[in-house]
Amino acid sequence: MTDSLTARRRFLVRMGQGAAMAATGGLLWSYLLREQAHAAATAIRPPGALDDADFNARCIKCGQCVRACPYDTLKLAATGDVAVIGTPYFTPRETPCYMCVDIPCTAACPTGALDHGLDDIDDARMGLAVIDIENCLSWQGLRCEICHRVCPVQDRAITVEHHPRKLSKHAMFVPVVHSEACTGCGMCEDACPTDKAAIRVLPPRLVQGEIGRHYRLGWTIDTPVTQEFKPAEGEGGREPPAAGGLDYLNEGGL
Amino acid sequence: MNASRPEPKLGPNGRPVRPFVLPDTIGGRFRVWRFILYRRLVQLGVLLLFLGTAWWSWSLGGRPLLLGNLSSSLVLGVIPLADPFAVLQILATGHALDSQVLIGAAVVLLVYGVLGGRVWCSWVCPVNMVTDLAAWLRSRLGATDLFHIRRSVRYLVLVLALLLSALTGVAAFEWVSPISMLHRELIFGIGLGWTAVLGSFLFDLLVLKHGWCGHLCPLGAFYALVGRFAPLRIRFDAPTCTHCGECARVCPEPQVLNLREAAAAGLIRSGECTNCGRCITVCPEDTLHFYLRNPLASAGRSQSDSR
Amino acid sequence: MEITRREFIKTSAAAAAAATVGIPVSGAVQAAAREAEADWQWDKGVCRFCGTGCGIMIATKDGRIVATKGDPDAPVNRGLNCIKGYFNGKIQYGKDRLTRPLMRMSNGKFDKHGKFVPVSWEQAFDEMEKQFRKAYDEKGPTGVAIFGSGQYTIPEGYAAAKLMKAGFRSNNIDPNARHCMASAVVGFIQAFGIDEPSGNYDDIEYTDTIITWGANMAECHPILWSRVSDRRLANDNVRVFNLTTCSNQTSDIADTELIFKPGTDLAIWNYIAREIIKRDAVNHDFVRKHCVFATGPYDIGYGMRPTDEHAFPAEKDTQAKELKVKLDKWEAIAQRRKEGEVVEQKHRTKAMAHWLISFEDFKKAVEPYTLDFVAELSKGDAAEDMDSHRQKLKELADLYIDPKRKVVSYWTMGFNQHYRGSWVNEQAYMVHLLLGKQAMPGNGAFSLTGQPSACGTAREVGTFAHRLPADMVVFNPKHRARAEKIWKLPHNTLNPKVGSHIVKIMRDLEDGKIKFAWVQVNNPFQATANANHWIKAAREMDNFIVVSDPYPTISAKVADLILPSAMIFEKWGLYGNAERRTQAWREQVPPPGEARSDVWQILAFSKRFKLKDVWGEKPVPGLKAAGYADGTLPDVLAEAQKMGYSPDSTLYEVLFATPEFRKVGWPDPVAKGHDNHTVKALGEKWFPEKALFNEYRKFGVGHAHDLAEFDVYYRDDVRGLKWPVVDGKETQWRFNAKYDPYVKKGDFEFYGPALKALPSGNLDRPTSKEKTSLAGKAKIFFRPYAAPPEQPDEHYDLWLSTGRVLEQWHTGTMTQRVPELHRAMPNAQIFMHPEDADARGIKRNDVVVVESRRGKVKAIVETRGRNRPVKGYVFIPFFDEAVYINKVALDVTCPLSKETDYKKCAVKVYKA
Repeated sequence: MTDSLTARRRFLVRMGQGAAMAATGGLLWSYLLREQAHAAATAIRPPGALDDADFNARCIKCGQCVRACPYDTLKLAATGDVAVIGTPYFTPRETPCYMCVDIPCTAACPTGALDHGLDDIDDARMGLAVIDIENCLSWQGLRCEICHRVCPVQDRAITVEHHPRKLSKHAMFVPVVHSEACTGCGMCEDACPTDKAAIRVLPPRLVQGEIGRHYRLGWTIDTPVTQEFKPAEGEGGREPPAAGGLDYLNEGGL
Repeated sequence: MNASRPEPKLGPNGRPVRPFVLPDTIGGRFRVWRFILYRRLVQLGVLLLFLGTAWWSWSLGGRPLLLGNLSSSLVLGVIPLADPFAVLQILATGHALDSQVLIGAAVVLLVYGVLGGRVWCSWVCPVNMVTDLAAWLRSRLGATDLFHIRRSVRYLVLVLALLLSALTGVAAFEWVSPISMLHRELIFGIGLGWTAVLGSFLFDLLVLKHGWCGHLCPLGAFYALVGRFAPLRIRFDAPTCTHCGECARVCPEPQVLNLREAAAAGLIRSGECTNCGRCITVCPEDTLHFYLRNPLASAGRSQSDSR
Repeated sequence: MEITRREFIKTSAAAAAAATVGIPVSGAVQAAAREAEADWQWDKGVCRFCGTGCGIMIATKDGRIVATKGDPDAPVNRGLNCIKGYFNGKIQYGKDRLTRPLMRMSNGKFDKHGKFVPVSWEQAFDEMEKQFRKAYDEKGPTGVAIFGSGQYTIPEGYAAAKLMKAGFRSNNIDPNARHCMASAVVGFIQAFGIDEPSGNYDDIEYTDTIITWGANMAECHPILWSRVSDRRLANDNVRVFNLTTCSNQTSDIADTELIFKPGTDLAIWNYIAREIIKRDAVNHDFVRKHCVFATGPYDIGYGMRPTDEHAFPAEKDTQAKELKVKLDKWEAIAQRRKEGEVVEQKHRTKAMAHWLISFEDFKKAVEPYTLDFVAELSKGDAAEDMDSHRQKLKELADLYIDPKRKVVSYWTMGFNQHYRGSWVNEQAYMVHLLLGKQAMPGNGAFSLTGQPSACGTAREVGTFAHRLPADMVVFNPKHRARAEKIWKLPHNTLNPKVGSHIVKIMRDLEDGKIKFAWVQVNNPFQATANANHWIKAAREMDNFIVVSDPYPTISAKVADLILPSAMIFEKWGLYGNAERRTQAWREQVPPPGEARSDVWQILAFSKRFKLKDVWGEKPVPGLKAAGYADGTLPDVLAEAQKMGYSPDSTLYEVLFATPEFRKVGWPDPVAKGHDNHTVKALGEKWFPEKALFNEYRKFGVGHAHDLAEFDVYYRDDVRGLKWPVVDGKETQWRFNAKYDPYVKKGDFEFYGPALKALPSGNLDRPTSKEKTSLAGKAKIFFRPYAAPPEQPDEHYDLWLSTGRVLEQWHTGTMTQRVPELHRAMPNAQIFMHPEDADARGIKRNDVVVVESRRGKVKAIVETRGRNRPVKGYVFIPFFDEAVYINKVALDVTCPLSKETDYKKCAVKVYKA
């Protein structure tokens, strides 16, 4: 009896110890994983990379894309790099993506973390170029616009807008990035002649805002007045709505 | 003969127990160390194939020889290979995978299913060289274990890896694996991965004997399961065994040398055996050999076996 | 293949990369930064690059340039710069700057096949003198040559020309500007009798129609283009029309882009002239009062060698056209002849000849240039609809003719680098003069220049094989007499025979006629077309090539002796830009190591020759001139002695350290504390740059080329002055009585004196020998369409044009050493149409071979980007040493101007 009790207790304690070890280890482990995932926030991925969650899951870190890159653009993140350990990324200021027509990196991916469905490199969205207009030479009036000229999707991803310059009779040639066409290849960031690049490629989600869904820019869509207006269904049978405004009206002084 | 000499100890089979003696001749020593030598050659050879393809563009008939790394690779541009455990983790995250990597995992499973899963551990895995070094140094230092954990903890880690993959949505072990880190960084450039490798080395050296490979590594655990029914085994010739214990002294997974069970089966049954061949070369009685069993027969045997 | 791509990029990057020491560029104006900058010293200067002539300010500290900025007071650029201008302060700090003379040596002695070894200046000049004497004694003045430059400062160019022409009595000095605007010069001289534009940049703000012809201003004159753009943006009525053979960045602002087939600009101009006449839009009053009509021979060749002695086998078919051409269908109509007629090129050496014709003849001549004919001939884009092309041609004529419109035509190398470059220049004046839209604010044809002092030095100083300062020419006895007077030379010291132009200097090297050449401030072995010949000539013939340069260039690589030169802000100098604006700067920092200014090099070399070495009787093969024995320059030593010179006087004493020069003392208050390393190195107490400039001034004053005194250009309130500067006032529009003090009678006077007496004739030939004086008049030339001598065929199926990009300048020797510019444009790509690439199995970024009859190079393919060629046409920039495109290009020149046509030759392109 006592023996079996002791044995059972020993077993339970064992189980408890095991569980505690597993739980502690598991917690630490998952904490490590989360830290890693955050590290990836600014990494620029190869063309066709799925969005972060999918990519992080599917990339098997084999480096076949890195080997397929003819320009040594892609690197496999070593421990401690900006990207999740072992995953491919590139640093545009060092070597940009030259946007190969045949997209060898994506073709080499065995897992589909790089989307094999990407057949036109123009559809790649590796990142989005962002201009620091305070330090962009063109925005100051100089004739630079190197970013525009080196852009492989010139006149769609980067356009030059011409504005009069108040200080003299010289027009400003102002580069503007358009997210709908920017592939994030980083040719612009690589070529930018300022000491620190005044145009940078970042993951779109870090820089893009979103207009409220309740509003449409007046000049972007043509909206004729609807001729056959369908009134909303009647509200019959529903509870009367709660009276609003009472809190303000009844509480506190004036 | 000489009465002052102690009676030779006899084994259960009635033969005298002889200790293992390292031969003096080069040929003899080579025989003893041959499997270590072969394993290092295979381990370094695989690494060299990867390195050569990556750095010096080795190819055959215009096709890159071995592109990628141990996580996933492509042989001659045609045969995909992939780490089945990594694939399993990714599948556990609930993400689909392309066929190439699935086929690759199947190929690898097939290979290790035949050769013995943990052939990976002792013949391919680069960390094995690190932990073997740690074990050798440890025997020189005479360090004792700081604590003891069960070898089966690795199965817990295996389950945890799959569980965490499912929970966090990322291949949990792949993100921290010192094996991938070491191999990747050898091929793709050095980062901080060496710290994890150093960690396993020090753990094995100073904390727990065979701590990483023998207790914690979930990949080893995975391959132990894979290798459970592999045809390539260590044959155990029971009648010749004197229970001298030399085999268990050199075995990194001595629990697999359950001699009673081995005697019944005629071979080492446990999937945890890494087929490293150490036991074969130290056995003074020539009891142990590599052996290819008939897989069908073995299946029948194992069914009829009772534990 | 992938490996090739990767390696290509790596090797070419390594070849050109040379890090410079960075300038601290602080973005924010912070107190700490201000304090650090408190002891910076600022002075005014000029941009080192193109002919726009932007003003900059330079900050120095402790003998280093620490910053530059656009000069806000400079009227050209008002504080702005293009991206090259932004890097003016970095170009001199490349880490491979040459700091010691380098000579090819073996066993301590000069050896043409030896390796470069550092030597002292003394050793360098010793060998140079020895080699010069060898060539000069063997061949006479024609055996030596100087490759001059449109980047010479005015004093440098003047010193080089004076040493060569007055000292060595050789006219073999010709600038790289020959490659750049010689056709514009012929156009100006033949149409107006005087060089350089009548208008100025302010035309941009006055005009309402800007028409660019073969000028990618957006990239090649970036700051001017921002003025054009501003004008266009600020006024709805303003129209910008871009005529080009390759869709480029200039088209981005243009209202209309017209793509024409290479060479057919000749026909388009005549179409406009025909329309002007047909619509009765001729400004008869203007034409009657101020113009005459003229034409010249058509059978003038293409400036190639007349023999195939040196031609590579593949070149021979193109070369054969130099002597005989079979007229194609278009030429036959355009020249009123029969298709298939074989025309012997009889006027190859008399291409400049021209005579007066009647207006009726002129009308008859342009009659074949109907809209139908010209549209069909000139349509450059096969994918374009013919109606659209016709519509554009009509619109172009409308813009010119519209009486309410002011029109400015701008052109650059598309016109000048043309097998009929001088003709097409003259055709621009033809249209502007017919309409009376010339020489008034907002109206005029204006040639833009590519080099910072192509106008100021090469043209105005006259560092050409045929020129003397201030538009004078060596074959005119009066001009020689004037120059001899100013230079204090005995009568007939100057050589009346025109020397070798820059392409001919190369050919003379190949022929063994020139055995000593000195390259100053340029890189001719990279920049001259058909380069394989010239490299071979330099390296394999018995000759001695000296290259003065701050950096190791291709020219330096083929040289025998390299002299390290000071760069722009390491010496005193003046430049003249395209709008006749002369601008000056002081020496800001000392040159590195043993590098010295070109002025010092020229003066130091002149010390080694005595009058008796050069002013005795000298052979000049082919010399034929009144007052000279055939083939001989007379001995002038006796007369020299009468003038007080000794046969043992050195050229230095006679030409430079004259009593008059010595009066121009150093130190000079104009320096405001700035140094002059040239003075120090000479060990003198006079100011060579100022002395040279002030003597040079004498040529122009009173001859409509008036420059102000040296010191005026250095005044703090002066940002350059447009010559003629009369009574301290610059001239805005020449030939226009309202603005130009040289106009003596009437509202306009084209007073240029050159080529102003002509015989008369019909469209085919002069019919009377009697010459009519045309004083004060401009000439309206009829020039027909002629086909390019080399066109794509089944073997070489693509047009090749070379040119520039914004980030790099010329052969890239300076800009490629600025790491930022290098990374912005590391390689010269081949721009081609995506379908042309597809048809050849080529992908974007592939490495391809570009091959012509003359040579081949490798380049990376770009099917997108800044230049968007039509099918059948490729464009390759020439800046990149690693893409040595001049091995491929054709050395056809305009027979009048001798300027190379870099814009048209046939190539094939295939995967490397």
